Amino acid sequence: MFKKLNITCNQATTICDKSQYGNASFFDKIKLQIHFIGCKICAMYSKQNVLLTKLYKIKATNIKRKQDSLCMTYQEKEVLRKEFEKQNV
Amino acid sequence: MSSPSPITHSLDPAKWIDNYSDYLFRYTIIRINDHEISKDLVQETFFSGLKSAKNFEGKATERTWLISILKRKIIDHYRKTNSKKGQAEVRMNFYNDGENEGDWIEQRVPQSWDNEVEKKLENTELQYQIDLCIEKLPKKYAMVFRMKTIQEIDTEIICKELDISSSNLWVIIHRARMQLRKCLEENWFNN
Repeated sequence: MFKKLNITCNQATTICDKSQYGNASFFDKIKLQIHFIGCKICAMYSKQNVLLTKLYKIKATNIKRKQDSLCMTYQEKEVLRKEFEKQNV
Repeated sequence: MSSPSPITHSLDPAKWIDNYSDYLFRYTIIRINDHEISKDLVQETFFSGLKSAKNFEGKATERTWLISILKRKIIDHYRKTNSKKGQAEVRMNFYNDGENEGDWIEQRVPQSWDNEVEKKLENTELQYQIDLCIEKLPKKYAMVFRMKTIQEIDTEIICKELDISSSNLWVIIHRARMQLRKCLEENWFNN
């Protein structure tokens, strides 16, 4: 039983990353909390990870705002059109 | 009992560029994040579409059909970047064998950050730094990370689109976040 609760730092940080996307199971989270008791490094990683998630969320919002204007240039489309017409005969 | 006759769609290649090039381009650049490659994949999609137009059965709309071709191009691209030699190196953060297996490698241990980090999150330069750090990831890591974290696409959809398992996806996300964290720490958060 106790062996099952014992995880490595690699496993702990993996769970930590998954939980940033709401993807860690309840049992995983318990294992993580137990790991934190003995491992301050992973506990710090976890705290920083929350900040990074916030940072990436801001990035996501910024990018999505600009996304609708992403397109090929007029010239690029014209080149494509010519190439396409050659094929479409 | 006769089944209702389904609507059959038809193809009109002469209008593809006007009608779908922006849509397909956006779909691609969101995933690939490279203007030139995205442009090429859109072109290849149209060409492949022309070649296989005779196989079009009219069950899907023209747009859905073109997207299904594009998706295959994106998977091919993903596989190519996967197998290319000389791709960015992934640094190990944990011992992978011996009695310390799974423990932090000392030089890779996270450092503490200054207390002001939270106030800096909206900083424009920091936002730009994220891009620089993502660029340093192996291409397939960058692609999965962007799709999951920046585009917030569902795990199942990403796995299906890139033909990877979900455990594979989480390993990639884990390694990508590790590496990004280190890169941001070295360039921004160092205490």
